Amino acid sequence: MTKYTFSGGVHPFDGKSLSKDKPITKLDAQKEMVYPLSQHIGAPAKAIVAKGDHVKAGQMIAESGGFVSAPVHSSVSGTVKNIEPRRTVTGDRVMSIIIENDEACEWVDPDPVEDWEHADRETIIHAIRNAGVVGMGGAGFPTAVKLSPKEPEKIEYIIANCAECEPYLTSDYRRMLEEPEKLVTGLKIIMSLFPHAHGILAIEDNKPDCIQLLRKMTENEPDIDVRALQTKYPQGAERALIFATTGRMINSTMLPADAGCIVDNVDTIVAIYHAVVEGIPLTERIVTVTGDAVKDPRNFKIPIGVSYDYLLEADGGFVKDPEKIICGGPMMGFAMYGLDVPTTKTSTALLAMTKDEVAASEPGPCIRCGKCVEVCPGHVMPFQLANCAEHGDEEGFLKGNGMECCECGCCSFVCPAKRHLTQSIKSMRKIQLGKRKK
Amino acid sequence: MSEQIYHVSSNPHIRSKVTTSSIMLLVLIALLPTTGFGIWNFGFRALAVVLVCIGSAVATESIFCLIVKKKQTVKDLSAVVTGLLLALNLPVTIPLWMAALGSIFAILVVKLLFGGLGQNFMNPALGGRCFLLISFPTAMTAFATDAYTGATPLAVMKSGGSVNVMDMIIGRTSGTIGETSVIAIVIGACILLLCGVIDLKIPASYILSFACFILLFGGHGFDPAFLAAHLAGGGLMLGAFFMATDYVTSPITPMGKIVFGIFLGILTGIFRIFGPGSEGVSYAIIIGNLLVPLIEKVTVPTPFGFTKKKSAKGGKQA
Repeated sequence: MTKYTFSGGVHPFDGKSLSKDKPITKLDAQKEMVYPLSQHIGAPAKAIVAKGDHVKAGQMIAESGGFVSAPVHSSVSGTVKNIEPRRTVTGDRVMSIIIENDEACEWVDPDPVEDWEHADRETIIHAIRNAGVVGMGGAGFPTAVKLSPKEPEKIEYIIANCAECEPYLTSDYRRMLEEPEKLVTGLKIIMSLFPHAHGILAIEDNKPDCIQLLRKMTENEPDIDVRALQTKYPQGAERALIFATTGRMINSTMLPADAGCIVDNVDTIVAIYHAVVEGIPLTERIVTVTGDAVKDPRNFKIPIGVSYDYLLEADGGFVKDPEKIICGGPMMGFAMYGLDVPTTKTSTALLAMTKDEVAASEPGPCIRCGKCVEVCPGHVMPFQLANCAEHGDEEGFLKGNGMECCECGCCSFVCPAKRHLTQSIKSMRKIQLGKRKK
Repeated sequence: MSEQIYHVSSNPHIRSKVTTSSIMLLVLIALLPTTGFGIWNFGFRALAVVLVCIGSAVATESIFCLIVKKKQTVKDLSAVVTGLLLALNLPVTIPLWMAALGSIFAILVVKLLFGGLGQNFMNPALGGRCFLLISFPTAMTAFATDAYTGATPLAVMKSGGSVNVMDMIIGRTSGTIGETSVIAIVIGACILLLCGVIDLKIPASYILSFACFILLFGGHGFDPAFLAAHLAGGGLMLGAFFMATDYVTSPITPMGKIVFGIFLGILTGIFRIFGPGSEGVSYAIIIGNLLVPLIEKVTVPTPFGFTKKKSAKGGKQA
């Protein structure tokens, strides 16, 4: 059998066994729920409720702020307590709607798309847009925008990103095992939008049970393939995944649609299913709570808007003092200052580690071993780019194709001198992206 | 905000266990068979040379760091590797003060004055060896010991004599402390390859291109014995696996490694066949070292998603 993969990448300790065998636990909402207006890439949403208003669960509380934007919905019923800036995971203050939960669990009436198999394109995309669905793998790109490429007939592959290549994370794995029918139906909904689309469920081969289960479920679906990918980080990175499954290559200036592909991750596809078939907006997601500092590593189905503090408490708190807490996986996640911040649509995990490996390893001089070049999935030269970035050599950085970096972290991970390559490159990329906007 | 503030840093939050000093340690372990064989072959004086070289290399680096008030860097073990490699490239009869001088030159001039680890433009051990070779040619080519008559196998061949290839592979010949046993070197090389410290690009392209050169220009046509003797002799194996693969002084680009290896093979062939001396590995490698920046410049990899011709000027290509 051919192995689907890409060149480069690393094999970090995967830590998935901590949480992978426990069923998803449903978490109830807390008293005070916080909904930042910017939970996605693009323009922030605009609040359409005011202080003192009563809202129902599933009610839209903020509308799209532009074409590339997404509405926000309340995951509880209650009263709008305030609209004020609140600190988020990254440490920024973002305007947020605070809702006091009345614990009545009063839901708005669901508004499904009747007979979606025969519904037209616009109706389905409208439902997805209105449900506030965004890329839930971490990037938060509004899904309705992704599903509206210029030439829909040119889309040949819909790739369901079930790789889950980040160490420690098991939320997609649990979702695939527990609700595979939602994933498959969701994929079919996306495929129905594109006349020539073929569906691919791309799963890393460290999840043989998921591969087997989904193969069985799609036996009678000639248009859906299940592909086993080599287990290697960053197999689930969009560009690596498209190459692994279709052999097509795109660079940073291109969109997956340019290669005839649309890529969506597991939770996003399930959110599409909820939006279209059940008529329920995006108000919940799966979050992995794991790491050697937490009591009972497992996955939670959370109402979006609860705080990390509360989530951790529900899991039994810390058993050991953590040194570092990460929102997301260890390779691409954000380190958090504190836990008193709300979960959002893009919260994939809460990872608490007793040891901060970054602080423990002091950077030394580059010995030019070339490991960073070997592992870079973007085929650039991280040591050189980092060098340019550290010396403010913008021209050299751009000439060395620094913008092709996907910030996956492989170079920093593998560097024997423990240099902060990704960090330097990332900072310079931010500067350059900022200049482009001007 | 809650009271406690946790560590924050940019991603990734985990690091591989491989460090600079763990790599250097692996190189030292890989050199053990060669060093052990050298001591067994040439007697305990070989051990004395090894210890003097390592000792003076480490001392030089340590004292230098003290004088210029820099953080001590001897813990990264790179000075130990340089000292040991230099010792393996010296004849056992060398006066110990010369060995020490070579070591000091290698560390102080070739490495530290250029900025220390990672900044040297040529292999320090080979720089030290070439320095000694030019300064003290007699002592550096005095290979006569109790066990051997003196001339190295390649020198014997150059003057028209014949050699026993089997002896050369096992290492029962005269030569520098570490260059004689192909078997011991290959065992060490396998350790480095299996642990992922080096890959085959440089050694394989070096050895293959050198073999092609000997077949074409050696003047012996297709003579397996002649070819085997050339491959086994003159420190080619030690150079190909342990010196040419030095991270700092070899190209970092995958394509560049192959170009570098081929270049070394041709250069070594020219020195051996057309030069006045019988050896050429050391000079070939340090000249190759000087060309590394140039080789890297022309072998920059094509970024993912770009076609070879029009690389990355921001345009869209499929």
